[in-house]
Amino acid sequence: MREEVLNLLAEICEDDAVKEDLQTELFESGLMDSLGFAEFLVELEDQCGVVISPSEVERKDIDTPEKILALVEARR
Amino acid sequence: MNYYEGIAFFLLLILVLVGAIVIGWLEKPLKWYSLLASLFFAALIFWGNPAGILYLLAFYLWSVALIRIYFTIRVRDGRKEGIYHVFVLLSLIPLVLCKVTPLFHANVFGFIGISYLTFRVVQMIIEIYDGVIKEVSVLEVTAFLAFFPSFSSGPIDRSRRFLADWNRVLPRAEYLELCGKGIWKLLLGAVYKMVIAAGAYKVMGYLDTGTAWYHLVGYAYAYGMYLFFDFAGYSLMAVGSSYILGIETPENFRQPFISKDIREFWDRWHITLSHWFRDFIFTRFVMYSSKKKWFSNRLQRACAGFFVDMGIMGLWHGITPSYILYGLYHGALLAGTETWQKKSKFYKKHKDETWYQVLSWAVTMQMVFFGFFLFSGKLMTIFGLQ
Repeated sequence: MREEVLNLLAEICEDDAVKEDLQTELFESGLMDSLGFAEFLVELEDQCGVVISPSEVERKDIDTPEKILALVEARR
Repeated sequence: MNYYEGIAFFLLLILVLVGAIVIGWLEKPLKWYSLLASLFFAALIFWGNPAGILYLLAFYLWSVALIRIYFTIRVRDGRKEGIYHVFVLLSLIPLVLCKVTPLFHANVFGFIGISYLTFRVVQMIIEIYDGVIKEVSVLEVTAFLAFFPSFSSGPIDRSRRFLADWNRVLPRAEYLELCGKGIWKLLLGAVYKMVIAAGAYKVMGYLDTGTAWYHLVGYAYAYGMYLFFDFAGYSLMAVGSSYILGIETPENFRQPFISKDIREFWDRWHITLSHWFRDFIFTRFVMYSSKKKWFSNRLQRACAGFFVDMGIMGLWHGITPSYILYGLYHGALLAGTETWQKKSKFYKKHKDETWYQVLSWAVTMQMVFFGFFLFSGKLMTIFGLQ
């Protein structure tokens, strides 16, 4: 699961660094934007069956791979 | 009387807020007080406008009924897309009538605040579908919709955020700190709107008398300044008043004129509007079109998303050539920026260099002010289209 989510993130951000450093800032650094985030949610639902709605979380709650992992874990 | 206009409103506002400070200082709940104050202002402002009162009441009953009924259905039947779409469309009917009937020289549902109230209602329906809103109380919905500081023109708050604030009672020290910030914002907003925007308006009036090209260019910049200080001033006063009532209404502007590209601009200009569109239109359009495979790649999906997002934003301002053009113009700018930033090697190579950033800022500002010029309707007047 963890692996899947990280691979997905790396694919969307087009950067494997997000798998290595879980504290990477995703939005400020430009790795992720509204578009990437939308696609991430679609893939997350497809591949992991976890539904998260776009307005549910604020940017500051999902701005690192670690926070995203925690959120997905909590939802399983 | 109108919200944030005229001596009478401000005198009453001061009285109401002084009352709030006493309650907040005593560490008593402010929720009942703010609800009563909101109803009081609505009654005063709609007084003598029977059609407005009727439309407002009809809108309120319609919206509350839709939210309540949809919530019951959602709890009973779960996530069903069809019925969800029906309820979203039903909740849009008053706004659509309000925007479309003027084209036929009628004015159905044309009352102060309808454009902004609709955002709140639609947000609730969408989040009920998402399963994020887990309970609906008519009293709370009423408090959320009626909240007077942001009733007429936003900022557009979200129900869950608003109600969490509305239901809490702050310890004295925390309340006083929030209240202090609120007073500062209220005063700063008053200066923005009544001093600076009023000054810019005078300059606009002067430049409007000439027809030379430099009059037009000057007019565009003066209008942009007027638009910012008028609306940012109003927003600051709305946020400041909210703070004093214990509600941390989100900010609407964050130094928009330092934006280095158009995307950043929409993260700094009329923020609660653009974020509402981002969360409830752009993201959902991208997700939906991605599931349905309407486009062959991400970039196409994003560009289509920007046009839909900004096109609807334009229509929401009003069904006039200027507003529609304004929306499509920003859709095109966002799509262009996205394409440039994703495709251009030149961009990737130079984006962090100072000269590029300065140039990018300067170009962005010209595009922004040209957008305001479209928004002002002046261009249409020049070409005799309006």
